[in-house]
Amino acid sequence: MNLLSTRRLTLAYDGAPIIMNLDLAIPAGKITTLVGPNGCGKSTLLRGLARLLTPRAGSVYLDGADIFKLSTKAVAKRLGILPQGPVAPEGLTVRDLVAMGRYPYQNWLQQWSKEDERLVEQALATTGMTPLAYRALDTLSGGQRQRAWMAMALAQDTEILLLDEPTTFLDLAHQVEVLDLLYELNQTEGRTIVMVLHDLNQACRYADYLVAVREGQVWAEGLPAQVMTEAMVREVFGLECRIVTDPVAGTPMCVPLGRKFNLQDVRL
Amino acid sequence: MSKSWLVIRPRQLPLSFRLDRRMPAVLLVLGLVTLAAMVLNVGQGEYPIPPMEVLKTILGLPTLNPDYPFIVNTLRLPRTVVAFGVGVGLAISGTILQGLTRNPLADPGIIGVNAGASVAAVTLIVLFPNVPLFALPVSAFGGALAVAILIYLLAWDKGSSPMRLILMGVGIASVLGALTTLMVTFGEINSVSQALVWLAGSVYGRSWENVRALLPWLAVFVPLSLVLSTQLNVLNLGDDIARGLGIKVEWQRGLLLLIGAAMAGAAVATAGTIGFVGLMAPHLGRQLVGPTHEGLIPIAALMGGLIVVLADWLGRVLFAPIELPCGVITAAVGAPYFLYLLIRNRKR
Repeated sequence: MNLLSTRRLTLAYDGAPIIMNLDLAIPAGKITTLVGPNGCGKSTLLRGLARLLTPRAGSVYLDGADIFKLSTKAVAKRLGILPQGPVAPEGLTVRDLVAMGRYPYQNWLQQWSKEDERLVEQALATTGMTPLAYRALDTLSGGQRQRAWMAMALAQDTEILLLDEPTTFLDLAHQVEVLDLLYELNQTEGRTIVMVLHDLNQACRYADYLVAVREGQVWAEGLPAQVMTEAMVREVFGLECRIVTDPVAGTPMCVPLGRKFNLQDVRL
Repeated sequence: MSKSWLVIRPRQLPLSFRLDRRMPAVLLVLGLVTLAAMVLNVGQGEYPIPPMEVLKTILGLPTLNPDYPFIVNTLRLPRTVVAFGVGVGLAISGTILQGLTRNPLADPGIIGVNAGASVAAVTLIVLFPNVPLFALPVSAFGGALAVAILIYLLAWDKGSSPMRLILMGVGIASVLGALTTLMVTFGEINSVSQALVWLAGSVYGRSWENVRALLPWLAVFVPLSLVLSTQLNVLNLGDDIARGLGIKVEWQRGLLLLIGAAMAGAAVATAGTIGFVGLMAPHLGRQLVGPTHEGLIPIAALMGGLIVVLADWLGRVLFAPIELPCGVITAAVGAPYFLYLLIRNRKR
């Protein structure tokens, strides 16, 4: 059974629909990556999957149940989302932020159980943020800040984790670090991870399941080796490229052509 | 064990709480300073009374002078209590508005909520001169809530910028100010003079009757704001994060907005518009106990009470025997503070 799926999902903000009649099933216990050009609706889809956006038609199903019919706090115990570029209030410490990830488990009387404390410490340790726990977020670098937000999402202790471009604004070393962390969470704890990534090669390296989105529709989905073709990149991104094998990971690697290097020059 | 948190987790009870470690000390010191300021304020006047005598009189102990109980308990104490309560209301309102809008410049005075409360209360005074005192906060609450909703609809939509919110609020406040002037101009002379004294933002001549009109509002909404402080923390991280964590955003935000409007309305109905308290108190509070609201709300509330009590005392001491309304003092201090925050906020 698929943990998270959509049936004839249509999502829109004010005007025309961004996602139209979309059927998608997220494989449980795997890393799924959404790729697509700017404005194709992949971030909107991710927000829709996380019930942040009310569908215009169709719905999202968590374990077969309509996600909008479940209590939002109950959903928050099973599914966490980290949107793109979140901003914390000035002066908030990393530990305070991570502790807020425990909100779905708290009530008026139980605001800080032993379990809360244990999971917050664990999330700080997993992301390597323990030494920075007492620092204010606004004093940290972009990479550290991103890890702090990820620690908050981890403290939420959900089997499904959705992330919108978790690597933006990070240098390459930090990008790899964040992706490795997500991979480890998937491997050791079996968490289902769905993320939007811009870098196709990173997407191929880390994804078990790749979904290419174009104009609000799934253009192709499946294993990276099946989805990542020259035809897909041409159709979805409007870019000529060559697909080679990643010398390290053995996954498909996209080498773009562009105007500077046209087809005749390429000797691959 | 935690370094920055104080954890309350009794073994026998299904309870657990967490507070900033600085909280008890700050609460104690701030509480004592506030009490001292209140005693000082009560002692101040045409007929000065030494602090120890003030304390003795309030506690009902025998004093040097048989007139003290009347002067202290009947004439002066309610004024100081009102000043404190009004400060608490404005401070909590400001804390909630700053948290909800994620805007450090939000304040019930600056974004026009106080002006809404004023115009509603003045209308009531001018149209129905014999209206009972307890009706004023109800009317002011209505005005405050109307403006809060209006601003919400006009400026809040889709994470508007801090500047837009402020500009919108300033615009609405000036329109409402004009409306208040209009009411005052056309009103009947006796009720107008009553309204004018009240509009200046002063706790002059407030009696136990005023305390009784203000107290129920504080008694209901202060605890409510404390109960909702964790929700406010999460809302402060933005709508998407809050929804993702299981907050019913519209519902919780609506409730908090209601509390903010009620506190501002009750404060304005009692003492007119005392500006910038809702701006300064949360900022000073954050310096002391950080930005999480479980600790910030009570500390900002005390800070707000302290600010208004001190402003009232300063207003009477600075140019004695001339008495300045405490709203003048808070504006003289608060306006430069606002400009400082505005400049710093632009740089960020």
